Amino acid sequence: MGMEGIGARVKRKEDQRFITGKGRYTDDFRMPGMHHAAFVRSPHAHARVRSIDKSKAEAMPGVIAVLDGRQLTGDGIGNLICGWMIHSRDGSPMKMGAWSAIATERVRYVGDAAAVVIADSQARARAAAEAVVIDYEVLAAVVDPVAAMQAGAPQLHTEAPNNLIYDWEIGDAKAVDAALASAAHVTEIEIHNNRLVPNAMEPRAALASYDAAEDHFTLYTTSQNPHVARLVLSAFYQVAPEHKLRVIAPDVGGGFGSKIYIYPEEIVCLWASKRTGVPVKWTAERSESFLADAHGRDHVTRARIGFDANHRITGFKVDTVANLGGYMSLFSSCVPTYLYATLLSGQYDIANIHCNVKAVYTNTAPVDAYRGAGRPEATFVVERIMETAARELGLDPAELRRKNFIRSFPHQTPVIMAYDAGDYDATLEAALKAADYAGFAARRAEAEKRGRKRGIGLSCYIEACGIAPSAAVGSLGAGVGLWESAEVRVNPVGTIEILTGSHSHGQGHETTFAQLIAERFGLPVANVSVLHGDTDKVQFGMGTYGSRSGAVGMSAIHKALDKVEAKAKKIAAHLMEADEGDIVIENGEVKVAGTDKKLGWHEVCLAAYTAHNLPAGMEPGLKETAFYDPANFTFPAGAYVCEVEVDPDTGTTQIVQFVAADDFGVIINPMIVEGQVHGGIAQGIGQALLENAVYNADGQLVTASYMDYAMPRADDLPSFKLSTHVTVCPNNPLGMKGCGEAGAIGSPPALINAITNAIGNNNLAMPASPSRVWAAMHA
Amino acid sequence: MATVTLTVNGKKVSGEVEDRTLLVQFLRENLNLTGTHVGCDTSQCGACVVHMDGKAIKSCTTLAVQAAGSAITTIEGLADGTQLHPVQAAFREHHGLQCGFCTPGMIMTAVDMINRHKANGSKLDEKTIRAELEGNICRCTGYHNIVRAIEAANAAMA
Repeated sequence: MGMEGIGARVKRKEDQRFITGKGRYTDDFRMPGMHHAAFVRSPHAHARVRSIDKSKAEAMPGVIAVLDGRQLTGDGIGNLICGWMIHSRDGSPMKMGAWSAIATERVRYVGDAAAVVIADSQARARAAAEAVVIDYEVLAAVVDPVAAMQAGAPQLHTEAPNNLIYDWEIGDAKAVDAALASAAHVTEIEIHNNRLVPNAMEPRAALASYDAAEDHFTLYTTSQNPHVARLVLSAFYQVAPEHKLRVIAPDVGGGFGSKIYIYPEEIVCLWASKRTGVPVKWTAERSESFLADAHGRDHVTRARIGFDANHRITGFKVDTVANLGGYMSLFSSCVPTYLYATLLSGQYDIANIHCNVKAVYTNTAPVDAYRGAGRPEATFVVERIMETAARELGLDPAELRRKNFIRSFPHQTPVIMAYDAGDYDATLEAALKAADYAGFAARRAEAEKRGRKRGIGLSCYIEACGIAPSAAVGSLGAGVGLWESAEVRVNPVGTIEILTGSHSHGQGHETTFAQLIAERFGLPVANVSVLHGDTDKVQFGMGTYGSRSGAVGMSAIHKALDKVEAKAKKIAAHLMEADEGDIVIENGEVKVAGTDKKLGWHEVCLAAYTAHNLPAGMEPGLKETAFYDPANFTFPAGAYVCEVEVDPDTGTTQIVQFVAADDFGVIINPMIVEGQVHGGIAQGIGQALLENAVYNADGQLVTASYMDYAMPRADDLPSFKLSTHVTVCPNNPLGMKGCGEAGAIGSPPALINAITNAIGNNNLAMPASPSRVWAAMHA
Repeated sequence: MATVTLTVNGKKVSGEVEDRTLLVQFLRENLNLTGTHVGCDTSQCGACVVHMDGKAIKSCTTLAVQAAGSAITTIEGLADGTQLHPVQAAFREHHGLQCGFCTPGMIMTAVDMINRHKANGSKLDEKTIRAELEGNICRCTGYHNIVRAIEAANAAMA
């Protein structure tokens, strides 16, 4: 592999600027004449806007405009849309209500934008926003998704009677019902997968400018996918045609899904920059992030699983209500359907699965993909019910899982997915060994003497990454293709630029992607620049989410490198009068195998550009592009073991150890992969132990700051024990599966299984706060 | 409006500020030192940590006028020319950062933490590091490698 090739723990190229304070995030940019936007947000969860009195705000110093939704729609700006069509089981299309970037008649959640102030400083804009007087007719609100479907519930959108967006199903209901009816044992659970706020540390921001001379817009924004942003802003929101809009996502401080979507604020900044003639910047306050970033999870689920007398699963039935909030966010519809129910087979051979999902509007912030997106929800159902079943059956939870593991590949599940490779025994055994599972009974006895309740819990997760084969997702309703593009530009001196449609917001692409060059040509990563995040530089791209940048983004680079290598070899063969098939490129040299003839890599590159002596008919230059469309999803999988001690007096949980054994396929940079797993586990532990987005019955978000929403902090978490086991993914050229979300997917059930094991009560909701644990112990 | 004069990263600077101007705004807007970040509005996340007269403070809850006459060090002033501070080097070596947004505050907190414990002669073990990072939130790393980086820097600065 060489010192910096595939498998090397190369230190990150991007770190130098971050550790010296030279990162460039959206809020760090400023432009001459720049003004600031402050949004007037609804204090009510549900209300009709009777009138807006702007006069006082307009008279305040520095204010140049106070704009409302009627002006926005009057200028032809389109409504926000959800880009994935889901059909209900009766064949009808999902019921999408209108979402204007600034409300025109009605507000539907606390934080819904009702007006915007543009002023010459952030402080003045915010002060003037406070002075905008909106006369609201307050309407009854509903925040509970099950209650929202009941007769008489407040109605959010006329398009969606009973607030029902879709009533979707997958699988064979009759076959599952029959399997459950004849099962030797049936286990049933009801769970709420708690609502989370993604909380990337960099708040969302946008800086928009309009060049009247060129009729051209530039938008700096905190995006995981700037090309998708440009496409959607152009094609659907009519802000500007694509060739008149440049979107730049510079350094972005974390995303976790929340920066995939195109939000009202970006639309408004672009629109306002043209309307006012000045560049307009908006940067969210943290409380705005809580109110108006897309939230994650929020499923209410009832699940039943049947076993035969040999403890083999015979059928699995899942009914879920998914809360999508007040409006349908960009990819909200696919999260509780194709990213959720298709993973309900877990690591197990299950012949019959049926899942029904009802997606519902409520007076809460929109819900969309958050790290894992549907797969954590699926894994939580599967791994909680497996653990529960093992307890009911009196079996070792590891043994019940082993009895049902899939062991031959490819494996077609009854819920679309065809698993291509895996070794679930290997990751389970690795995790159990690392955790000293066999020694747990002794540790529990020792803890008991100290007055502590000790518990252990497992989770064997699977997920689908490498999103996604375009034709497949198109057939399931996606409005876009999910390929990736790459361009490899070799300079005349032999240095290389990789232009990628993937976007790095913490994942270390500038290093990992450069390692492909080190692997291929033996060049140092220092000779490689990775460019991303600018629609003027990169031809196109679908961005980074769903753990796709390795399996899809790097496969595109791999494909472009194939073309570069082939052309370089042709040139070298011509120059050295050798057969093209005898040329090898290694350690920065281009050699004729079996001879001492060689050229420096830079000499071949220079020859490509001087074009003095190229093979007949060959175009000058050494620059290639590729689009890569994956052949299948990839299926990372693994086993997590969590061990806890609970203080019976306070209900406080301490995580004693957390072990992860993952199969991500081929790993390019183990250091970076470990970092991804650490962060994912921390978010999963956050969900299970600490985090909860809570709306009261009036629809007020009562956890809208770091004073109220329990973010995982250093002293909440242990150090983690990680290992990896490799089965090569057969469906992409690098054999990669993806690692970005696994930690957040696999960890919540391991932790809840451990706590419930410790306290002897299986009925425990997330987050397992001390009061809930204490109450469960005394129930 | 008031005029404040202070030393930032070894240079004397002054500027006109409103009474309500926060130190972080003065650093970012007036001095263009954008390495110091704002991640919350409630003094919780620590992305804004700088040193005032050698001690870590949160610049999002310090008024610019309160900093008058003080010596401020920001992330931009931590390295000695091109020579990284040992804590900066350790964060890179141990992959103690991902998106980089919390990193300046983390590093400034860690420098203060190590200096204080060295001055006190007290031991800086993992438990202490985790407890003292309570005022700095990171969403990317799960803190695992941040703890490793601070342990390593603490050893390197012995």
